[in-house]
Amino acid sequence: MEKMSHLEELEAEAIYIMREVAAECEKPVMLYSIGKDSSVMLHLALKAFYPEKPPFPFLHVDTTWKFGEMIEFRDRMAEKYGLEMLVYTNQEGVEQGINPFDHGAAYTDIMKTQALKQALDKYQFTAAFGGGRRDEEKSRAKERIFSFRNESHGWDPKNQRPEMWRLFNTQIFQGEEVRVFPLSNWTEKDIWQYIRKEEIEIPSLYFAKERPVVFRDGNIIMVDDDRMRLRPGEEVQNKKVRFRTLGCYPLTGGVESQADTLDAIIEETLGAVSSERTSRVIDNEAAGSMERRKREGYF
Amino acid sequence: MQSLLKFITCGSVDDGKSTLIGHMLYDAKLIFADQERALELDSRVGSTGGEIDYSLLLDGLMAEREQGITIDVAYRYFTTEKRSFIVADTPGHEEYTRNMAVGASFADLAVILVDVTKGVLLQTKRHTRICALMGIKSVVYAVNKMDLVDYEETTFREIEAGIRQMAAEYDFHSQFVIPVSATAGDNVTQRSEKMLWYHDKTLLEYLETVDVAVGEEDGFFYMPVQRVCRPDRTFRGFQGEIAGGEISVGQEIETLPSREKAKVKSLHVLNQSVEKAGKGRPVTVELDREVDVSRGCVLHSEGDIHLGKLFSCRLLWMDDQKLVAGKNYLLKVGTRLVPATLMNIKYKIDVNEGTHIKSERIYKNEIAVCDIACSEQIAFGEFKKNKILGGFILIDRVTHMTSACGVIRHPLRRDENVVWHEMDINRQLRGQHMNQTPKTIWLTGLSGSGKSTIVNELEKLLFAQGRYTMVLDGDNIRMGLNRDLGFREQDRIENIRRVAEVAKLMNDAGLLTLVSFISPFRRDRERAKNIVGEDHYIEIYISTPLEECEKRDVKGLYKKAREGKIPNFSGISSPYEPPADPDIVLDTTGKSLEESVTSIMEQLEKYL
Repeated sequence: MEKMSHLEELEAEAIYIMREVAAECEKPVMLYSIGKDSSVMLHLALKAFYPEKPPFPFLHVDTTWKFGEMIEFRDRMAEKYGLEMLVYTNQEGVEQGINPFDHGAAYTDIMKTQALKQALDKYQFTAAFGGGRRDEEKSRAKERIFSFRNESHGWDPKNQRPEMWRLFNTQIFQGEEVRVFPLSNWTEKDIWQYIRKEEIEIPSLYFAKERPVVFRDGNIIMVDDDRMRLRPGEEVQNKKVRFRTLGCYPLTGGVESQADTLDAIIEETLGAVSSERTSRVIDNEAAGSMERRKREGYF
Repeated sequence: MQSLLKFITCGSVDDGKSTLIGHMLYDAKLIFADQERALELDSRVGSTGGEIDYSLLLDGLMAEREQGITIDVAYRYFTTEKRSFIVADTPGHEEYTRNMAVGASFADLAVILVDVTKGVLLQTKRHTRICALMGIKSVVYAVNKMDLVDYEETTFREIEAGIRQMAAEYDFHSQFVIPVSATAGDNVTQRSEKMLWYHDKTLLEYLETVDVAVGEEDGFFYMPVQRVCRPDRTFRGFQGEIAGGEISVGQEIETLPSREKAKVKSLHVLNQSVEKAGKGRPVTVELDREVDVSRGCVLHSEGDIHLGKLFSCRLLWMDDQKLVAGKNYLLKVGTRLVPATLMNIKYKIDVNEGTHIKSERIYKNEIAVCDIACSEQIAFGEFKKNKILGGFILIDRVTHMTSACGVIRHPLRRDENVVWHEMDINRQLRGQHMNQTPKTIWLTGLSGSGKSTIVNELEKLLFAQGRYTMVLDGDNIRMGLNRDLGFREQDRIENIRRVAEVAKLMNDAGLLTLVSFISPFRRDRERAKNIVGEDHYIEIYISTPLEECEKRDVKGLYKKAREGKIPNFSGISSPYEPPADPDIVLDTTGKSLEESVTSIMEQLEKYL
């Protein structure tokens, strides 16, 4: 029998995990953040349960500051595949005018972390799929595929449940939940190669294009709409840029690039000198900042 | 197409595992620039002074960096021109052995670090044993810190001999012993110039070329069913991953445990319709007839799979609570989850010498040979032939902890004289079986105070929580068991004594016993408490005052008592002695039944 390739093995592992969750967990949900990892997750979910539709809803936590194109993409995907797409925004945060310019780390906490907790509480989900990978960051490298959260959604890294072979223990107490990461063992390179192999549609923000941007604190920030606040001396320039991760546009740094095809992106990525989270502004704050936020319930 | 090697690194504290891997990634330029920057930044603020500390690359948790040790498994991914690697860096500290086993269960090969200045340590032996237990067949011993012994060959050879002697008892397919210096980089990715006496491969070269699949056969088809896919009435497919062999359309398969035969009608690998599929593929199998198959069942064809309830196993205990025979767990094997009882501990295996030690109790990080009885028939395999259906975990039914992982040695038959652990099936075990601590909840109070009504509601609530209960009610007992007793003093004492003895028996059976008796005398209640046992006795005083009870007078008894028609009526013609120190007190005056019961339940929680 033909031997499986590295990508096929990773695919099979992710699908095994998704089927286990669908079979054993009471109320699962798939978190959908519109990025390339979410696109891969959605693609895997469509394949895993075929000819059935994925037997769980999708949840997008909308901070209201995402790139405009992301929202269009999300709605189009939901329509195309007939998905139950739940969108949740922390209304309290919106009413208080919380924004990425004035509130820094508090913005991320209120509009992302708190919003996610509120959404999980509102719908009483017992298991939530995330697209996190272990190659992204040092504390993630330590996290199990099935990662248990207490009643306040916190992670206890010193007391993780042993995960033996593929015998996942999904038992939880009332009020607890489990975060499940089917892409744990994928690398950024694997993601791109899989996207190419499977011809998975991703937002065009990943491809280099002339875009209006400003240079700020060593990052290239796109002026996605007229809510963008310019600092004194900042000038909007048109540069050919692309994004390696997608998030809230004022907090997502682009890179100058000529890569406007998948092959060109993969070539750039394979020769990459900085790992992808560098362009996510919050992660540079201090070593250990990701672990701290995860303990508090961040994905 | 590149092959993938999953390996783990393990060794004792300070052997330098993280440093070794860090060095490999660093030398091969496999770390990204910003991680490198973070590494240098961390090193400067860290305690290693000046030089880059490679272990900071892997020890990702704050507590790990503070303490300078690895607590949990870290996974790293790298690719060379020859191979893709996933490496699980596992903790060496004894306290985190279970985390090491997690890494081992995932890997095909182990790199075990040995400190050349210390030689084979207790941990080295334990880690070797755990790797073997979890099914690893290829082992590399990296004899580290050669720089500290001036790269001397004789020192290395002595340690190598010790290692080979230790590893001889296992059935590893390949073993490789290599002298290295992780901090200086000798023989890690580049041949050391200081050890010209060493002619074999460097560590990385070896990892790039070793074949870990040696001795593995394709074998027969089998697949544990993960879920049943039913998009509509016309289609019913069984989804799972092929664990062994291959399957094709038209092939006859058997279902387990229902032992029905059917032919494959259609086959999908994910969303593609195919004619056949092999090991490792995620498939959806449609059969040509209706069969009794659901999640946890197994499809196979001519497989060496056992069907039964009993087997002998070797297990690694991972829970802080000790293992005691007789306890009931949830057992997961393949995709099947069933209640199972650990019948007896045959012996403990000494992690150092491999000797068998008779033992009643197994503590965390110990290995034992045990017999397990499942509550239902399950399909399982022998681990050495069938990793997927031969490995299992035990889940604690109360804490939900993964208490143990184990491997099945062989099935057992009833007639093979399976002996239960020499133990008394006692109150504690029966209680554990029911997931509760048996107690007697004794309600005392005047006639009409609300005892019986409350007890009935209380039982419903406890029952709804999944607890096993029994109510002993004064009036009912007097009509049956105590029919021969009147209301004289010796009868009254005997009445309470019998009820207390019955309550105790019920507790021994594992039940929560609710007793609703006026029991007006303190001395009688004291006796009952002594019979039941102080630790198991909870006293609830329904303190509704006499005026209120008399006002209610549901059975018209107070009226009769006032008219002198009932002698020795508690509160009227005989005293009621309120408890001096009850566990819970409740006056039902002005309270609804719901309020009363909720109040009691809240206070009761802490005793149950």
